[in-house]
Amino acid sequence: MSVIVLAEHTQGTFKKKVFEAVQYGAAVAQSMGTTVSVLALGTVSDAEIQGLGQYGAQKVLHVADARLDNVNSRAYTKALVTAAQKENAKVIIALHDVSGKAVAPRVAASLKAGLVAGAISYPDLSKGFVVKKTVFAGKAYAYVNISSEIKVITYMSNTFPVKKGEGSASVEKLDVVFGDKDFAIQVKEVNKVTGAVPLSEAELVVSGGRGMKGPENWGILEDLAKTLGAALACSRPVADSHWRPHHEHVGQTGGTIRPNLYIAVGISGAIQHLAGVNGSKTIVVINKDPEAPFFKAADYGVIGDAMEVVPRLTEAVKKFKEAHQ
Amino acid sequence: MKILVCISPVPDTTTKIAFSDNNTHFNTQGVTFIINPYDEWYALVRALELKEAGVATAVNLVTVGKADAEPIIRKALALGGEEAIRIDTESNDPYVVAAQIAEYAKSQAYDLVLCGKESIDYNNGVVGGMLAEMLDMNYIAFASGLDVANGVATVKREIEGGEETDSCPLPLVVSCQKGMSEARIPNMRGIMAARTKPLKVVPAADIQPLSNIVSYDLPPAKTGVKLIAPENMDELVNLLHTEAKVI
Ligand SMILES: Cc1cc2nc3c(=O)[nH]c(=O)nc-3n(C[C@H](O)[C@H](O)[C@H](O)COP(=O)(O)OP(=O)(O)OC[C@H]3O[C@@H](n4cnc5c(N)ncnc54)[C@H](O)[C@@H]3O)c2cc1C
Ligand SMILES: Nc1ncnc2c1ncn2[C@@H]1O[C@H](COP(=O)(O)O)[C@@H](O)[C@H]1O
Repeated sequence: MSVIVLAEHTQGTFKKKVFEAVQYGAAVAQSMGTTVSVLALGTVSDAEIQGLGQYGAQKVLHVADARLDNVNSRAYTKALVTAAQKENAKVIIALHDVSGKAVAPRVAASLKAGLVAGAISYPDLSKGFVVKKTVFAGKAYAYVNISSEIKVITYMSNTFPVKKGEGSASVEKLDVVFGDKDFAIQVKEVNKVTGAVPLSEAELVVSGGRGMKGPENWGILEDLAKTLGAALACSRPVADSHWRPHHEHVGQTGGTIRPNLYIAVGISGAIQHLAGVNGSKTIVVINKDPEAPFFKAADYGVIGDAMEVVPRLTEAVKKFKEAHQ
Repeated sequence: MKILVCISPVPDTTTKIAFSDNNTHFNTQGVTFIINPYDEWYALVRALELKEAGVATAVNLVTVGKADAEPIIRKALALGGEEAIRIDTESNDPYVVAAQIAEYAKSQAYDLVLCGKESIDYNNGVVGGMLAEMLDMNYIAFASGLDVANGVATVKREIEGGEETDSCPLPLVVSCQKGMSEARIPNMRGIMAARTKPLKVVPAADIQPLSNIVSYDLPPAKTGVKLIAPENMDELVNLLHTEAKVI
């Protein structure tokens, strides 16, 4: 018996959320009295892989096939199922992100395993295998029991703090025999947003709504975001009016984010907007209308005109950063 | 080319969430149900566009649900599509939903199966991937663009920190999200036509759930917003540092 974690790398390096997933997998394994193995796919160096040991990985299986450098649900599923069978894995963990969500359901169906999507707790083994997740777009939690012998979890990152320890993982090469069918999907073009922190991973987010009046006023939000090292987001009407690109749109029909800090400027706080951001640890609302519904969901509120408040906040952050160098 | 669109009935986005029977059931009393927005705005509308463009020959809809889901299916048919299939059971285990659809779809030779990125009630995003595995099809998740020519689909999809364009021969399962198409509003003619379109009820296959929801609870209410004077941004920064510990 064992626990296996899918560790997906980004151009040869592992991100913090992968460390978090490995650490989560190690803790789950410990609570079940077993060991954790990690699966790495594609082109990534042994040194990078060994580093996963600092987060509790004992053994890492590596399928060093460059065709796996792009996430492909079918080939990834075959690799993960092969690894899980080899390790006699009873629990399979992937991240609840675009890649994990493309792969985990296939793996679950292939192994006839129950799946919890977006776990935010360790499994409670005293009642079977019960895992907590958010439902109704953050308006409630559900406790889901998996009854099948094999269990699959997609883990919501930014749930538990990451602690770096000692240790180095052993690397074992794994051979997986792929057929042509496994790579029927061909990648034609890749467009990555370069430089900026991807919104889905940002710990700090500055977001603007229709109260910003027009795209020409976004400069003050960009200044604030830059000063904080934050990513930018927006409400749906802002993206629909092409003031901002669609990938910045958050909410029910846009992205779902869970940053440590969400600063909402000129956003009324409609329920569909909150659905995408109410997992944020701390919410700051800047709005000139004291009756704006967003204040009910906020930790800190500033009633005032964004055009005046935002530049002042940027100055205050600069002052703070200089004092805390 | 035949397209199957998976339609999930979900509580309206503004629903106040409450539970009954000692927090073990979602209380549907007084709750209005709608078509899951991703299924309606993106999957269904894109399927209809492909039919209007002469690329698809048929668009069928499928829902796993009890009789109370029928108004939702009719609403979807009012947007378009020739016929709908309702598989007569209910489950909040995504494995059961996927297996029921797969059981029906495997004999129907669909070239393209479209579903939404996730249901807005249980926020899983799982049915499409499971269905692809069960039907032995390729699967592309989080698509924001889809075209088909000569039996090959070109799909734009979200990846870590960006976007990717893939090509893949049919058959294929795609989960759809924003960017795919613009929302449509059903017109009177569509609503009238939907009344007489076939809605087939298929008995459920015998499939055991692999997971079940034991109980629910509500997040603790926010303790109340702390207001800071607009002149005093130093105080806000200080609170974010010392109290919230986020900067
Ligand atoms: C099915 C469905 C799905 C939806 N999905 C989403 C979604 O994913 N994301 C989303 O965001 N919305 C979504 N919406 C739309 C949502 O209901 C709201 O209409 C939208 O969020 C409002 O955007 P807003 O807050 O930017 O604009 P508004 O509601 O117009 O609010 C603007 C705010 O700015 C304030 N303001 C104005 N001037 C200033 C100033 N100078 N300084 C400070 N404050 C100022 C105003 O007081 C007001 O509160 C959805 C709606 C539906 C029906
Ligand atoms: N009961 C259902 N009937 C038909 N399709 C469904 C059902 N539940 C989910 N789906 C489809 O699967 C997608 C993902 O749903 P989920 O995995 O439940 O988040 C939805 O957007 C629908 O397209």
